[in-house]
Amino acid sequence: MGETLLFYAFSGAAIVASAMVIFQRNPMYSVLLLVASFGMISGLYVQLDAPFIAVTQIVVYAGALMVLFLYAVMLLNRPNEDAGDWDAAHPLKEPGMARIGVGLGALLVVQLVYALLRTGRLDEAVGTGGDGGSVRAIGRTMFQDYAFAFEATSVLILVALVGGVYLANREDGR
Amino acid sequence: MLVVIAQIVIILIAFVMLLNTAAIMVWVERKVCALIQQREGPTRVGPYGLFQPLADVIKLIMKEELRPKSADAILFTLAPIISCVAAFAAFAPVPFGAETTFFGLLDRPVGLQVADINVGMLAVFAISSMGVYGIVLAGWSSNSKYSLLGALRSSAQMISYELSYGTALAGVVLIAGSLSLREVVNGQEGAWLGVLPKWYLFLQPVGFLIFMIAGIAETNRAPFDFPEAEQELVAGYFTEYSSMRFAMFYMAEYINMATVSAMATTLFLGGWHGPFLPPEYGWIWFLIKVGFLMFVYVWIRWTLPRYRYDQLMQFGWKWLLPASVVNLLVTAAGVLYVHG
Amino acid sequence: MIPLGHYLIVSAILFAVGSAGVFMRRNLITILLSIEVMLNAVNLTFVAFGRHAGVVDGQIIVAFVMTVAAAEAAVGLAIVVALFRHRESLNPDAFTSLKW
Repeated sequence: MGETLLFYAFSGAAIVASAMVIFQRNPMYSVLLLVASFGMISGLYVQLDAPFIAVTQIVVYAGALMVLFLYAVMLLNRPNEDAGDWDAAHPLKEPGMARIGVGLGALLVVQLVYALLRTGRLDEAVGTGGDGGSVRAIGRTMFQDYAFAFEATSVLILVALVGGVYLANREDGR
Repeated sequence: MLVVIAQIVIILIAFVMLLNTAAIMVWVERKVCALIQQREGPTRVGPYGLFQPLADVIKLIMKEELRPKSADAILFTLAPIISCVAAFAAFAPVPFGAETTFFGLLDRPVGLQVADINVGMLAVFAISSMGVYGIVLAGWSSNSKYSLLGALRSSAQMISYELSYGTALAGVVLIAGSLSLREVVNGQEGAWLGVLPKWYLFLQPVGFLIFMIAGIAETNRAPFDFPEAEQELVAGYFTEYSSMRFAMFYMAEYINMATVSAMATTLFLGGWHGPFLPPEYGWIWFLIKVGFLMFVYVWIRWTLPRYRYDQLMQFGWKWLLPASVVNLLVTAAGVLYVHG
Repeated sequence: MIPLGHYLIVSAILFAVGSAGVFMRRNLITILLSIEVMLNAVNLTFVAFGRHAGVVDGQIIVAFVMTVAAAEAAVGLAIVVALFRHRESLNPDAFTSLKW
């Protein structure tokens, strides 16, 4: 019972926070609401008995990635960007367009739910113990079966690192 | 039922101890600073100025809550709260004593620990990394250039040193073979040849050094106190804060120090294990070790001058991180050799 | 215990919210944030299915997705900062010319 309540609390908060992320005018608040949403999803991972992913979610997403976003928002210092400075003749500026966007989003929810609910065995409970959540099992599989993918990821990070430095540092003269 | 009550009592004890740490450390900081500078320090309020923290708190409560006109009201209020909550919550998975039945009062033993999480080490790391939001938001929402500069510096600094901090943790994880802090401490029980305690400090001396240096940088203490750097930035990210909000940042700093010291004790100094005392009184050893590390913190602060900001970044990325990676590789090789 | 379907529905809603954000918002930073929301929705599905099947592969893929997300955000934000230097704007419609 308590578990069900927790699930609804976490998922409800995650959805509300994510929705507020996209309806927020101020990117600063968007970033913070997204951090809150990540925290809630991390709670869902704990309920799924995946503590390692739950903690990694906080360390990587909330602790590092979102700080990067905050840093960018602070550096650019244009908090309320898209209020009215874009082209008035733009087709997306038409009054009904935002509603169509919401409508399309709702349609996507319906499609996704329909598709996912056809996978079967949906009433079975998940997260019932076993070895599937232990860090040891994750490590074993990652460094044996997925060793190549792991090494490829390190190359990807290196590329991103070099690319990030190059792009942000392009104009030395300024 | 009794077990539940005992656990609530343990949580309360941990909470009150952390609150008191901040008060005691205010006094210790001023006394040690005075000793190092050949002064007396606080002497007026109570014997040896022991009631000085109390006087400070009363003064801070009486002060006016100021908020700059152009500050972002919500975030300005939220920032000190985030700092404080992250500081308190990060201590939760740290075990501060052996399992005890409270002198036979309980029918099954409980650990002296707020929450025994099986990924406890990572959890402490994750929660304490949330503290950076308090600092960044304080700096941004104050709408002041000193605050913003302090916040930018601290976010860069904390992210940079988190890498070395995490890599130093990984060395201990390799040796202990567990992410649970209680198991890490239990792995350090006993002594080699009956004399040398089996602390991971002696297996990971470089790791311990890196951990402490990165820990000092993570808690923004001198010689890495760039976010405040009073000579350049007035008071850094909390320039615009006053009264209790200011006090909350102050408290968060001391509690973070306590958490880093407690983590260092748990990971490298054998936690509550020590000679002479029976295991039920192990928490006394824990307090002594944490107290000593916090004294070292204060000692370093009043001995070393502040680095320059570019020196800090150079040191973090070009020396500390490579050193921690090499340390990790050597440790991995050693573990592989021993365990085959 | 929570049935698998509940997690999938939450994930579907999150994904739709994220994609709506990409379509509706005219701010590069918010668009990047919406992409993160979508990635998280997918992660939740992976973990839920992985735990349901009793294998760790779902969680490993999530770890890789996180790495890719970090790389993507680093490069993406660097591009946003570089673009902002040229046009003093974060609106994607401001960047219409191939060369300036």
